[in-house]
Amino acid sequence: MRLALDHVGVTLDGTRIVDDVAIDVAAGERLAVLGPSGSGKSTLLRVVAGLQAPTSGRVLLDGRDVTHVPPYRRGVGLVFQDAALFPHRDVEGNVGFGPKVAGLDEDERRTRISEALALVGLGDSGQRVVGTLSGGEAQRVALARSLAMRPGVLLLDEPLGSLDGPLRLRLQDDLRALFERLSLTVVHVTHDVGEAFALGDRVAILREGRLAQVATPNELWARPADDWVARFLGLRNIVRRGDRATVTRPEAVRVRPGQGAIVVSVDRDGPLVHLRVRRDDGSELESVTTEAVHPGAGERVTVEVEPSGVFQVPVWDGATSG
Amino acid sequence: MDRDRRALTLGGVATVGVPVAFLAVFFAWPLLAILERSLVSDGKLDLPFDVLTRRSTLDVAWFTLWQATASTALTLVAALPLAWALARFSFRGRALVEALVLVPFVLPTVVVATAFLALLPDGAERTVWAILLAHVFFNVAVVVRVVGAFWAGLDPRLDDAAATLGATPVQRHLRVTAPLLAPALASAASIVFLFCFTSFGVIVVLGGIRYATLEVEIYNQAARLFDLRAAAALALLQLAAVGATVLVSGRLERRLGGAASRRGPAPRPIGRDRIRVGLAVGCSLALLALPPLALVLRSLEVGDGYGLDHYASLLDETPALLVVPWHALLNSLLFAGAATAIALVVGILAAVAVARGRRGLDALLMLPLGASAVMLGFGFLLAFDDPWDLRTSAAIVPIVQALVAIPFVVRSLVPALRALEVRLAEAAAVLGASPWQVRREVELPLLARPLAVAAGLAFAVALGEFGATVFVARADRPTVPVAIFRFLGRPGADNVGTAMALSVALMVMVTAVALASERSLVGRGSR
Repeated sequence: MRLALDHVGVTLDGTRIVDDVAIDVAAGERLAVLGPSGSGKSTLLRVVAGLQAPTSGRVLLDGRDVTHVPPYRRGVGLVFQDAALFPHRDVEGNVGFGPKVAGLDEDERRTRISEALALVGLGDSGQRVVGTLSGGEAQRVALARSLAMRPGVLLLDEPLGSLDGPLRLRLQDDLRALFERLSLTVVHVTHDVGEAFALGDRVAILREGRLAQVATPNELWARPADDWVARFLGLRNIVRRGDRATVTRPEAVRVRPGQGAIVVSVDRDGPLVHLRVRRDDGSELESVTTEAVHPGAGERVTVEVEPSGVFQVPVWDGATSG
Repeated sequence: MDRDRRALTLGGVATVGVPVAFLAVFFAWPLLAILERSLVSDGKLDLPFDVLTRRSTLDVAWFTLWQATASTALTLVAALPLAWALARFSFRGRALVEALVLVPFVLPTVVVATAFLALLPDGAERTVWAILLAHVFFNVAVVVRVVGAFWAGLDPRLDDAAATLGATPVQRHLRVTAPLLAPALASAASIVFLFCFTSFGVIVVLGGIRYATLEVEIYNQAARLFDLRAAAALALLQLAAVGATVLVSGRLERRLGGAASRRGPAPRPIGRDRIRVGLAVGCSLALLALPPLALVLRSLEVGDGYGLDHYASLLDETPALLVVPWHALLNSLLFAGAATAIALVVGILAAVAVARGRRGLDALLMLPLGASAVMLGFGFLLAFDDPWDLRTSAAIVPIVQALVAIPFVVRSLVPALRALEVRLAEAAAVLGASPWQVRREVELPLLARPLAVAAGLAFAVALGEFGATVFVARADRPTVPVAIFRFLGRPGADNVGTAMALSVALMVMVTAVALASERSLVGRGSR
C-alpha cells in the first residue's frame, strides 16, 4: 500500500509539533523517520495511524484521503515502543485480538495467529502469560499482533528502544529479513542513526517538526543537508564560517608521528579507533583509523587531510531554514 | 471525527451530570434543609447559640472529641505490629490474613457493638472501655491497609543503609522508618479519627444513656425528643468539625502521594523475626476473632445450655417489631441490592469523571462520607417532608444507603480507571477495534475485578448501614441493623438473644459478600 502525507501539520496547545510534513512512501518501501526526542516523530506516526488528528494537511493511502477515517477502519498496523500488550490475554489472545474484533471465523483466526507467531519466531509461545515475556519477546508478540491483521502499512514506534545490546541487534536483523520477505510498506520511527540506516530504504530526518532531509542512507552520509544534520549523523569535524560550514570526514584525517599537533585522547570503538588531536593553532580534529598500531595520547603527530574528504554545507541556525 | 467528538461530549455530560444531579437532590437539598432548620425560625435568621452553648452540648462535644482521639491512638498502637508483619514479610496464608483483617471493617457497627456486648462481662459492657475497644476492633483494618501498603512500598535498603552507617535497630525505627511512615500514619489516623468522631451504632448500643457523641445526640434530639432545631444545630456543629478534619487529612494525603512504590516480593521472616511475625499475626487475629466468636456463642446460649432457640425465634411474631424478624433479613437484602445498583450507576459515572481529572467532583463525592450517616438520614427526614413526601416510599432506604456507599465505589474504581493505559485502547483501535469493542474487549475485562470489589463493598456497606436507615426505614419494613437495635432496646434476655442471632446472620452475610469480592482481588496472585 502506498502512503502519502500531504503537508501535514499538528498544533497542540499552541505548539507546533509537526510542521508541514510532505512525503510519499511507495508500496513496499521502508521509510525510517529519524530525529532526536521531541522532534515530533511519534506524533507523525500517530497521525498516520489515525490516533492523532492533524490540524492541517491530509493523509492518503493508495491515493484515498483517510484523514478523517478512525484508526479502527484504516487497516494500518502500529507497534508501540513498549509493546502495549493486553495484560488480561495470553500471547495467542493478543495476536488473535485483531482477527477477533474483525469478526473472522475460528479457522481463519487460528491460521492468522500461527502464521504471525511463526513469522516472529515465537511459534510455540501461544499459551504464555504476557507478564512472563522478556522485553524482546514482548516486542515480537506486539509485532505479530500487528502482522496478524495483514496491514497495508506497518508503523513501528522505536521498536527496539526498550531493548539493549545483542538482543537489539538480533531483533533488528530479524525485522529486516521479515520486511524483505513480506515486502511490507513500513514507516519506522527511531532516534538511533544505526537503526535507521539498517532498516530504512530511505531515511527522513525530522527536526523540530519539519523534515530536514529525506534521502537514502548513502546519499545522507555523502551529502548531509546542513551542519545540524551532519552533526546528528555523527560527524564531529565541523567548522562554521559565515553561512557555510566545512565538514571534514574523520576517515580523511591521517595522523602519523611528527610535529604540528598533539593527540588528546584515544577511544577504541570495536574495529575503529577514534583519535582526538589538537593542532598547535588550537583547532581540534577527529581522526578515525582501523590500524592496530597508532599514536597514543600525549604524542606529537603530523596531521594530513585528504581533500576528497572535505566538503561544504549550509549552516542551520535554527530559525530560518527547515 | 465530529461524530466521535459529539458522542464523547455527551458521555462527558452524563459522567459529570448524573452524579452531580443525584448529589444535588439527595445530598445538597437535605443538607440545606438542615441549615434552614438550624438557622432560620419564623422566616428570620436565628442563630442557635442557645443550643450550642448548652451544658449538655459542651459535654457531648467534649466526649466526642476525646473518645475519638483516644480510639485513634489505641487503634494505631494495636494495628502497627500487624501492619509491620504484612508489609515487610511474606509467609504462608498471608493473603488470607489480609482478607480476614478487612472483615471487621465491613461488619455493621451495630453487629460490632452487639459482639462486644456478648464478649464483655456484665458490668463492663456499657463503659467507655467497651466503646474504645469496639472502635479499635473496627478500625484496625484501616491502619493495616493504609500504613501497611505504604510501608511495603518503602525501600528496605534505606534501613540497610542506616544499619551499615551504624544505626541500632531502635535508632533505625525512630530516625528512618518513623519519619518515612509519618504521612501514612497521619493519613490513617485522620481517617480513623473521622470514623470514631462520627461513630453512631457502636455508641448508641454500648454507650447506654451515659455516653453520647454528637451523632448520637442528633439522633436523640430528632427521634426521641423531637427537637428538630436542636438536632439541626448539632448537625451544623458536627459538619464544621468533620470539615476541618477532612481539610487537614486531605492536605496530609496530598503530601503522601507518590512516595510509595511497589517493590518485589517481600522476604520470608528468618531468625527472631519469625517469632515476632508469628506473635504479631497470631495475637492480632486472636483479638480480632474474639468478639465475633463470643457473639456466635452467646447467640447459641439458651438458659444453661446451648441451642438454636434464638434463631427459631426469628420466625415468631414479636412485640419489638411490626413484622416477623426474618422479614428484616429479606428487607435488608432487597434494599442493599437496590442500593448497590444505584451506587454502581452513579459511582461508575462519577469515577470515570474523576479519573478524567475532575478533582472537584472527587471532593464533592467524598462529602457524604464525611457528612455522616445520621446527618443524611436526618436531612432526608427534613427535606422529603410535604410536599415532596418520599418518606413513605420504599425507594428512600436504598437511596440513602446508596449515598453512603457511593464514596466507596468511587474510591475503589478511580485507581483502576487511572491505571487503564491509554495506549492499550490505542493499540486495540489500531488493530481494528471500534470504541465500543475497545470498551468490551479491553477495558471491561481489565476492570472486572475492581468492579466486583466495588459492588461487594457497596453491598456490604448497604447491608450494614444503620445511622441513616434508622431515620428513614418505615416501622413495617425494618432492615436487620434497625431490628437488632429495636431488640436491644427492649428488656429481657430473649430479646438480647434474638438480637444476637440476627447479628450473627447479618455478620455471615456481610462477611460472605466481602470475602467473595475481596477474593476476586486477592486471587490470581495480584500480590
